[in-house]
Amino acid sequence: MRKIKEFIIEKLILLCGVASIIFVVLILLFLLNEGLSLFKDIGPYEFVSGKKWYPISEPPQLGILPLICGSLLVTLGAAIISIPIGVACAVYIAEVAPSWIKDILKAGIELLAAIPSVVLGFIGMVTLSPLIKSVFNLPTGLTALSGSIMLAFMAMPTIVSIAEDALYAVPKSYKEGAFALGATHWQTIWRVILPAASPGILAAVMLGIGRVIGETMAVMMITGNAAKIPDGFLQPVRTLTATIAAEMGEAVVGSEHYFALFAIGLILFIISFIINLTADLFLHRKERR
Amino acid sequence: MVKFDVRNLSVRFGAFNALKGITIRVNANEILAIIGPSNSGKTTFLRTLNRMNELERAAIMSGTVELDGTPINAISAEALRKRVGMVFALPLPLPLSIFDNAAYGIRMHGGKSKQAVREAVEKALKQAYIWDEVKDRLGESAFKLSGGQQQRLCIARTLAVEPEVILFDEPCSGLDPISTAAIEEAMLKLKSVYTIVLVTNNVKQAARVGDRTAFFLMGDMVEIDKTDKIFTAPSDKRTGDYIMGKFG
Repeated sequence: MRKIKEFIIEKLILLCGVASIIFVVLILLFLLNEGLSLFKDIGPYEFVSGKKWYPISEPPQLGILPLICGSLLVTLGAAIISIPIGVACAVYIAEVAPSWIKDILKAGIELLAAIPSVVLGFIGMVTLSPLIKSVFNLPTGLTALSGSIMLAFMAMPTIVSIAEDALYAVPKSYKEGAFALGATHWQTIWRVILPAASPGILAAVMLGIGRVIGETMAVMMITGNAAKIPDGFLQPVRTLTATIAAEMGEAVVGSEHYFALFAIGLILFIISFIINLTADLFLHRKERR
Repeated sequence: MVKFDVRNLSVRFGAFNALKGITIRVNANEILAIIGPSNSGKTTFLRTLNRMNELERAAIMSGTVELDGTPINAISAEALRKRVGMVFALPLPLPLSIFDNAAYGIRMHGGKSKQAVREAVEKALKQAYIWDEVKDRLGESAFKLSGGQQQRLCIARTLAVEPEVILFDEPCSGLDPISTAAIEEAMLKLKSVYTIVLVTNNVKQAARVGDRTAFFLMGDMVEIDKTDKIFTAPSDKRTGDYIMGKFG
């Protein structure tokens, strides 16, 4: 009797494990099927390097270079803002802050992670973009810069919490060894703790960037959604994700436009996959040590 | 000459009294061995001498500790730790090459040319009796060394910054007898230049290398005397019992 129970439980767990993998594979297959259908009509190179995205003109022009540029620009901006602040914040929490400040900061960061992205986008739209508009004297405040700043807020909790874990994981002995040689606190952080935690910090950065690149709602609300190649942070841009979200509802099923949106999804999938894989490699390198 | 003058030192971690009014003088160029069972305050005493206890938030200290007549609290912690080096129980190489490990402290304190750093590293590695074993593989990771070699590398790293005092915190607790012998030999040579305080769980090690030996028990110093005297005619019965292995 007990044996049967064990058997059933074991198989149920196995089923759950396998199911999640099957779903991922099915999603990937669907994505591949729909996305690759596009390339019967236009070449992949043409699709990726085309400078014009006019999906509803006749014939439709489906070049996603402006969208890729938009995504990259917003992500780059968010990375430039969030990585130094996030890592510095993690160092402060893990190494410097007295415990009561540490508690407050950690709670605050968790709270930041809990804000739904649509709320962040909304707040950005009504506060940040008018500010950017007046500071830089622009025709519109809905720019790549606004998107980058808002996305930096979203990447920060991921970066801080994972980098902080990496810093905590540095053996206390390294720290004591450095102190015993007469290192100052800062020298210890800069020359021992940060290098020792660097694989974990890199993973934190990659996962933060992964979050940014896949983010949709906030960027759709505050980047202006102009599908043209930007030449600076102060112009409206449109990202890959926002394009799918905005246009999927109106694309005719089975049309080139519809397939093109799936192809964009495929490209996003590949980008996220590469980022997660890189993060994973860094994390595992740390474990092997 | 008195190197460290410790008077009425008490250290408390929260509600736990780790040291209860210790008075000790450490003479220059001697090896002072400190023995005692675990939780007797030996390591706490050692970590007071280079202010490492301050890294624990809950530590509260009273009494005075003077190094060459200056209270150690009047010296910055970094400057003090440069003068008073420490070797830990477990070898703690940093995740760097052998050379970079040995050069770590010197580089951090700065102000030396590449050539000077190389010379200092070579000298330190020779003093720690590890030069011959590593001179052809200085670029390899320090983790590739055996435990005994790692510990001698850590001693070299401490020596390279040219301290005046070296604190050894059970330096051989994880090592085999041959590595232990190598480290003890190094200590005996080093005492001509350095003052050494050795905390050890190994009573025989104290007998082999200590000029004087102090016996700690439950945060008190029971007895301090010439090592020969402690081991042949201790004045306190508890010292004798501990050395004989009746408790501990």
